[in-house]
Amino acid sequence: MSVRHALLALLSEGPKYGLQLREEFESRTGEVWPLNVGQVYTTLQRLERDGFVESDGTGEGPQKAFQITESGSAELSEWLRLPPDLSSPPRDELVMKVLVAIRLPGVDVHEVIQVHRRYLVQLMQEWTRIKENGAEGDLSLALAVDAELFRLDSVVRWLDAADGRLKRAAGDGQIQPAAEPREAEAPLPKQRRRIGARG
Amino acid sequence: MSMLELKAVSKVYGQGAAQVRALDQVTLSVDEGAMVAVMGPSGSGKSTLLTIAGTLEEPSGGQVLVGDADLAGLSRKEKARLRRRTIGYVFQDYNLLPGLTAAENVSLPLELDGWSARKARASGLAALEELGLADRAERFPDQLSGGERQRVAIARAMVGQRQLLLADEPSGALDSGNAEGVMRLLHEACKNGGMAAVVVTHDAQLASWADRVVFLRDGRVTDQTALEPGPESLLTPGRPQ
Repeated sequence: MSVRHALLALLSEGPKYGLQLREEFESRTGEVWPLNVGQVYTTLQRLERDGFVESDGTGEGPQKAFQITESGSAELSEWLRLPPDLSSPPRDELVMKVLVAIRLPGVDVHEVIQVHRRYLVQLMQEWTRIKENGAEGDLSLALAVDAELFRLDSVVRWLDAADGRLKRAAGDGQIQPAAEPREAEAPLPKQRRRIGARG
Repeated sequence: MSMLELKAVSKVYGQGAAQVRALDQVTLSVDEGAMVAVMGPSGSGKSTLLTIAGTLEEPSGGQVLVGDADLAGLSRKEKARLRRRTIGYVFQDYNLLPGLTAAENVSLPLELDGWSARKARASGLAALEELGLADRAERFPDQLSGGERQRVAIARAMVGQRQLLLADEPSGALDSGNAEGVMRLLHEACKNGGMAAVVVTHDAQLASWADRVVFLRDGRVTDQTALEPGPESLLTPGRPQ
């Protein structure tokens, strides 16, 4: 979440004070991303340094109002259309855990998958309850909660796909049964290094 | 009070080498007012669980109670009555009768149960109105959108004094907005109407509307979630003031 650009967006509506910016940021993002006032002022200072906002210079601290500059507006407009970096796969901790669990003796990878699946579905239940109870009249909250639900859902779907793929692979004899005795030269450390080196 | 109870229920199809164990010692209890989702991959036994709970199939072993009725002790006629009066079904493909209007589709189960046509129609219309479909009552299924058809099917499953709602991928054919609408209605029917519901799905977003999610794998219940009270905590942890 770019706090910097969210603040620029709020300032494009007119000059505002730091505290006001914090309140508006939280309400516009459905209060899903809490923001402390220190973060607001640090960000404003940097924006001012970069020439994207200017203060009227009259007040001090909370009394100081900020407004967006022309280059701030240009920056905001550019950011809106700049795709976030999704091209290189993130080093996903969950993916690594499943990859490690496949080869680890004495570990049932399906059980590991289910632990994470349950946790994710439980989180989704909590978000859905928030949507059900509070988001009816709060469009920002509904949108932010939807985004979180779709994100978690994609992880659950990956787990489901992994579960199915592993089951088929075990059927084809591609992977060894989990509960093998641990040997001195078990392949795990090598596997781990290889995974760790990725991304 | 528990509205549906499965105690060590098993279902075996076929014999010998061709034997398939669709359900294996499944124990599940659903209270009045609760919505339980059953999640699992295809072939995990989800639909079998639903047909057994709905008295459409007999278990090979174990005990099934709907309300306080033990299904094993019921005659065919008594089971049929239970299906007409107590249990409502919602299917992925709606299963509405194409030659009947929405109102006729909804009041049909009541008429089959011996209600007068007038009384059945009044209840049917009330159920449609409750689901926001009052102005669609005289339309035929093919004159309704997918979301509307499924709402008619839900009205049909709730009409009368039904207590147990069984749904098989109820929003599988709908877009996400309509799917959410359907799940919201089902959850409200439980929360406010006191019904118990079992929703079978492979979709985590739909399952997340339930109070409890039960995971089924190879015919066995392997795990379940429990929703802690006060889910709003998600919005507050570590929240700077």
